[in-house]
Amino acid sequence: MTQPAGQDFFGRPSASPTLMVDAQNVQKNFGALQVLKGITLQVRPREVMCLVGPSGSGKSTFLRCINHLEKVTAGRLYVDGEIVGYAEKGGKLHELHPKVAARQRRDIGMVFQRFNLFPHMTALENVVEAPLRVKGEKKRDVMQRGRALLDRVGLASKAEAYPAQLSGGQQQRVAIARALAMQPKLMLFDEPTSALDPELVGEVLDVMRKLAEDGMTMIVVTHEMGFAREVGDHLVFMDEGVVVEAGQPRAVLSNPQEERTRSFLSKVL
Amino acid sequence: MVAAPPASAHTGARDEDVIQAVPLRRPGRLIAAVVLIVLLGLFVYGAATNKAYQWDTYAKYLFDQRVSKAALITLELTVIAMAIAVVLGVILAVMRMSENPVLKGVAWLYLWIFRGTPVYVQLVFWGLITNLYSQIDLGVPFLVQFVHLKTGSWLTPFVAAFIGLGLNEAAYMAEIVRAGIGSVDEGQHEAAAALAMTWGQTMRRVILPQAMRVIIPPTGNEVISMLKTTSLVVAVPLTTDLYSESRQIGGVIFRPIPLLLVASTWYLAVTSVLMVGQYFLEKRYSRGASRVLTTRQLQALAEAQQKESI
Repeated sequence: MTQPAGQDFFGRPSASPTLMVDAQNVQKNFGALQVLKGITLQVRPREVMCLVGPSGSGKSTFLRCINHLEKVTAGRLYVDGEIVGYAEKGGKLHELHPKVAARQRRDIGMVFQRFNLFPHMTALENVVEAPLRVKGEKKRDVMQRGRALLDRVGLASKAEAYPAQLSGGQQQRVAIARALAMQPKLMLFDEPTSALDPELVGEVLDVMRKLAEDGMTMIVVTHEMGFAREVGDHLVFMDEGVVVEAGQPRAVLSNPQEERTRSFLSKVL
Repeated sequence: MVAAPPASAHTGARDEDVIQAVPLRRPGRLIAAVVLIVLLGLFVYGAATNKAYQWDTYAKYLFDQRVSKAALITLELTVIAMAIAVVLGVILAVMRMSENPVLKGVAWLYLWIFRGTPVYVQLVFWGLITNLYSQIDLGVPFLVQFVHLKTGSWLTPFVAAFIGLGLNEAAYMAEIVRAGIGSVDEGQHEAAAALAMTWGQTMRRVILPQAMRVIIPPTGNEVISMLKTTSLVVAVPLTTDLYSESRQIGGVIFRPIPLLLVASTWYLAVTSVLMVGQYFLEKRYSRGASRVLTTRQLQALAEAQQKESI
């Protein structure tokens, strides 16, 4: 059910052809430790960008900066034309009130390595929680949409199950449905399959592949090179807080230009 | 599966496969049980036949209206004091976890004082509060006062008693709530934040409901403990609670022992009711905590399995 061009994932008029994510020399320090040393990259609407690299390379930190779970130390980070976490007034950046910062996050969905479903709510309750409480949508509409989303990730029959009663793959698919329920413009995936048993990885990647086909803009931190090759429009290889190499996934994976990329790929492929 | 006899239909196992093992004998358990039952029987017999217990007086005063009224006062004190303690405890716990050093420090100071001094001493203080503060002024300090409250007029011993008990208990509740909130996985905060929930929504909808599982059992302890601590309000002095009232009646008729038994019976009865309440609260907040399926879910799965095998 690919959306026609000119419409985004939810059938809304397509986002402007400008950049969905525009990172300009983004830096992040934790105390004296510099984790991101100037990341510059762009993601356009409907594109899928895969971030790969060794652990500790700053991929997850960069992803968390995009929805302001981490504060950027230096540089500029724009999502859909808006600077993340700050307001620019008179050439100065002003910190946003947490409530305003929360509003920015409405349009950004995030899927975590450890799922982070709410264990005291059923699958359906997890999915409808934010649209109901945060957006204040009508219960009937949201419930209907929630069931449709669970159906979309192949879990219509598990709506009333609690997370502890689901397998890891099923939990992660519920988590994806939960993020989609807010109808985001951008989805962030933080190693979504790393905590899964090998035989459950496929079912999660299938759901993500379908999302990409349907026109969702996605940034995916992953170790699944097969997924990056098939689904990604861009592949970015990061190491020690810098972008080492970026380009077409097939090109980077089959013919890496940098020595560090080569040595990393030789270990994971 | 071949048509199975109805007896094994529930388990789905075939008859010849069902294990029917000889149960292991446990003679030690049997002996221990017999010894305990004999000892218990001896004690009950002794108590029933011992004239000093004065069971006739016990029966006469068990449902005495003065006693049941006093029990109600004790229950009221418990409920009001715990309500104060829970609300103030949550506020103190949040203050202690705040990044603001002043809020943190004030909460720490409160805990230090109210946990560090005996509740009996605190109750005596609250009884003397009218001597310390005869009037409470509301307004701008040192400048304008809008309202003047004479403490003597409303700060009765009953009010002093539940304030004293509540403020003391709040210090303990704060620690219980803090432990509960701390027990919730950090990923839950992040997931809620990523869904654009505000701090308040995150607390109310995500963190506290999960923290409740850790908070409720010790809070149940505290409620039961509070019920019994109310017997200290004689320090205020408030003498209309269950313990004081029973002591007074027992003193007047020169029979303290049966009246103590009457009071104990009432304390036990109220405690039992509170325990039932705790059971249902725990059940309510354990939703999703276990991967063990409920009977209803198991039944549905078994039915689905049978349908498949037919």
